[in-house]
Amino acid sequence: MKRSVLDLWVGFFVAIGIGALLFLSLKVSSFSGIDQKNAYTVSARFDNIGGLKAKSPVRSAGVLVGRVTDIRLDAETYEALVEMRIDSHYVFPADSFAAIYTSGLLGDQYVGLEAGSDAEKRLADGGNIKKTQSAVVLEQLVGQFLFNKAAEGQDTP
Amino acid sequence: MSRVVDLLRFLGGQVVNRVWRLGRASRFFLAVLLKSGAALLRFPLLLREIWFAGVLSLIIILVSGLFVGLVLGLQGYEILQRYGSAQALGTMVALSLLRELGPVVAALLFASRAGSAITAEIGLMKATEQLKAMDMMAVDPVARVVAPRFWGGVISMPILAMLFSSMGILGGWLIGVVFLGVDDGAFWSSMQASVDFRYDVWNGVFKSVIFGVAVSLIAVFEGYDSEPTAEGVSRAITRTVVTSALAILALDFVLTSFMFRGMP
Repeated sequence: MKRSVLDLWVGFFVAIGIGALLFLSLKVSSFSGIDQKNAYTVSARFDNIGGLKAKSPVRSAGVLVGRVTDIRLDAETYEALVEMRIDSHYVFPADSFAAIYTSGLLGDQYVGLEAGSDAEKRLADGGNIKKTQSAVVLEQLVGQFLFNKAAEGQDTP
Repeated sequence: MSRVVDLLRFLGGQVVNRVWRLGRASRFFLAVLLKSGAALLRFPLLLREIWFAGVLSLIIILVSGLFVGLVLGLQGYEILQRYGSAQALGTMVALSLLRELGPVVAALLFASRAGSAITAEIGLMKATEQLKAMDMMAVDPVARVVAPRFWGGVISMPILAMLFSSMGILGGWLIGVVFLGVDDGAFWSSMQASVDFRYDVWNGVFKSVIFGVAVSLIAVFEGYDSEPTAEGVSRAITRTVVTSALAILALDFVLTSFMFRGMP
């Protein structure tokens, strides 16, 4: 095979390789969404985090604003301590409310942030969200439902 | 009694032989790395090997990728629509291709298409004493023959794996969206939402680079180490394909276990 033709083929090969990389990066995948450098960390305590994991999304009004970075158990209060990085484009009042929701019936769990009304104090880096609501655990719900049903049955003989 | 002794002797000999070859292969790997400076600088030499290993493998990689994607699309749709989540088809096809099937199947095809050819080429050069002739002319055969082939394989492998994954995703799209009626927007957006570039795409590319090193090394080593007879070369080619396949699958398990563990 002549040299020039060979060069052409290798060039074609590398070019479609780059094309594949572009396709995979632009059309197929997304970057984690949150620019880790322009973000601030806040923490929140929950009684029960259900199935929340590191890298789970943090959403406000359904819009992705951050990601959970770390989950630990506080050894003294036995509460779950959840740390999350939030994009610094979004600033929340200090009395915002964090709850753990499930996307869809069987979907992954995420942290939902609802903005508070404090116009002066803002959540800053290292801040703490005071008002939280735990994840809904299906077993507890079913248990409560059965308990209520049993109680009803006793009331009406 | 003597039969038992013979058996033990045979087993021991086999084990010692394997370990001996592993040691030789490691030393050979080091020698290739040390002597690859010239191979990387002599661009035409490298270009020919990329053409030989990469361009000539294009057809088989693209066609197999397309068909693997088609099958994934069909099977995935069949399973997912039982749970009413056929829109997640894009996610399933993309993740299984990028993380596992792309790098692994492309490497298996590469080993049988290009790896065997490299072994045959070097083995025949050895059998016809071309390597010895080079040595006589003070041309180092490892630097002139082996290193360019090794690097040609290492460079081609990730490109081929990415092409395989891309073709597979297009195949899945063809079956899912065009033939089975999954929503086009949902297919791509659910895929984008759950495929992370660094975590999924980059780890897949990294895997394929490791497979490229393993397959190319096995191919050049088996060729260089083959017995210089017709039978010896044929045995070396068989060993290349078998050892490469085992190495790819074992390495894949190891790499997966520390890349994709404990993450959502």
